[in-house]
Amino acid sequence: MEDLSQIYNELIMEHSMNSYNKKKLEKADYQQIGHNPNCGDEITLELKLNGNIIEDMAFLGHGCAISQASTSIMIDTLKGKTLQEAKKIVQTFIGMIKREIEDEEALKKLEDAIAFKNVSNMPARVKCALLAWHTIEKLI
Amino acid sequence: MNIEEIKKDFPILQNKEITYLDSGATTQKPIQVIKAVEEFYEKYNANPHRGAYSLSIEATEAYENTRKKIAKFINAKQPEEIVFSKNATESLNLIAYSYGIENLKKDNEIVISIMEHHSNLVPWQKVCKQTGAKLNYMYINNEFEITEEEIESKITDKTKIVSITHVSNVLGTINNIEKIIKYAHKKGAIVIVDASQSIPHMKIDVEKLCCDFLIFSGHKMLAPLGIGVLYGKKELLNKMTPFLMGGDMIEYVYEQETTFAPLPNKFEAGTQNIEGVIGLGAAIDYIENIGYDNIKKIEKEIVEYAKQELSKLDYLELYMTPNSSNHSGVISFNIKGIHPHDVSSILDSKGICIRSGNHCAQPLMRFLGIDSTCRASFYFYNTKDDVDKLIEGLNKAYEMFRKYIS
Repeated sequence: MEDLSQIYNELIMEHSMNSYNKKKLEKADYQQIGHNPNCGDEITLELKLNGNIIEDMAFLGHGCAISQASTSIMIDTLKGKTLQEAKKIVQTFIGMIKREIEDEEALKKLEDAIAFKNVSNMPARVKCALLAWHTIEKLI
Repeated sequence: MNIEEIKKDFPILQNKEITYLDSGATTQKPIQVIKAVEEFYEKYNANPHRGAYSLSIEATEAYENTRKKIAKFINAKQPEEIVFSKNATESLNLIAYSYGIENLKKDNEIVISIMEHHSNLVPWQKVCKQTGAKLNYMYINNEFEITEEEIESKITDKTKIVSITHVSNVLGTINNIEKIIKYAHKKGAIVIVDASQSIPHMKIDVEKLCCDFLIFSGHKMLAPLGIGVLYGKKELLNKMTPFLMGGDMIEYVYEQETTFAPLPNKFEAGTQNIEGVIGLGAAIDYIENIGYDNIKKIEKEIVEYAKQELSKLDYLELYMTPNSSNHSGVISFNIKGIHPHDVSSILDSKGICIRSGNHCAQPLMRFLGIDSTCRASFYFYNTKDDVDKLIEGLNKAYEMFRKYIS
């Protein structure tokens, strides 16, 4: 069994329980709901673009620590990136969780989101970690 | 009865360092059931009802003898009233399609409860959409029970079908099905009882209950996965059209027309799950050998202890009736501020298996104003030590999260 302190670490706990990204955006350009019917987790992502650049993002919703922290950390990672860069990062994250991408250099681009690497050892929680990333995939 | 001795019958509990508290999802299997299935394949595997050779006859006999055993086990009048299915869900779908859609009309009503599993809910939505009938719900009070007033206000002259779970898979509430059946019959409705969560723990007597249909799954009562049972009163089953068409459920097949086999074959199309049936027979033998009185006694002690210990944790929210006599071996709870999936991952890291989620009961979750719960469910092979491990695991989860809970 996975050593859980690797997953439930300070960073993930802070983001899941008290996220500064959990709010309503003043003027969002896009909105997308993500839902995990098996566990009832639900998030609403909001996105504000400045040309090709993700100027701001926020989320609302509820779910487990992993889905909530993953959403919040994803927002930190993608803010300020171009849509093309964001797409690449999203693909890398999904690849990391599915254990298809293990290249250290590629994973560095994920910034803090690399904290979820060990979720790939917890099949029951993969969906939780991926919820936000699959949701943003539909937007960008 | 010595639980440690009983535990030795369950290889998985010997082979793995686990605290198994998810018997409400599926029970572990005793060696007697595993051996019975093995013996079938080693000694008399053949397709029943097909061959004229002795091996096939032996398989047919084993299959039909289990039907008789089940009839006796639930006190059905005749073996023909027992139909084998894939699981409780298929049994319920069979009734919904072959009785519900055939018999209901616009303005008729179906009554279920808010605590139904999706398997006893979604099929009725389908029946209502197809026939124009209306789906009504009996709700629970703040003690998680359906009151007599609620029963009498929801079951009316318009009600044609009442389908109710005997024991809730989320709350553990034992419903007053005697009252529901009596009252529904007075109003001219038929009653279906979902016994999936009750028959592993308590004696079921369909004659005494006087229910029209009763369904359950084998795998929640020590039998293999993939075998379910439908009991129906013969006069009702006889009037119903077949659910699935194909081999073995026919009498004469012409190019354009077919006549159907009599009960129970009419409802058993295609080659059946013989190993499942044989395993179910062995499971019934096992249960009868221990005896429901003993099962009840063992479970009562464990569940009472679990309730007592869980009640001491002030960070816990419990979803169960305070009336012990109306509560079975299922306990749902939440640690305030921590999502059930996180709790169950943390427990899993200690080898403790509990269920977390909506338990296939989304309308109930919505009614309770929550998304999901943790659920520990018990069977006679659980011990006080299992409860202690659960408590220890919960304390650990709470400690991990405490400083972050706002």
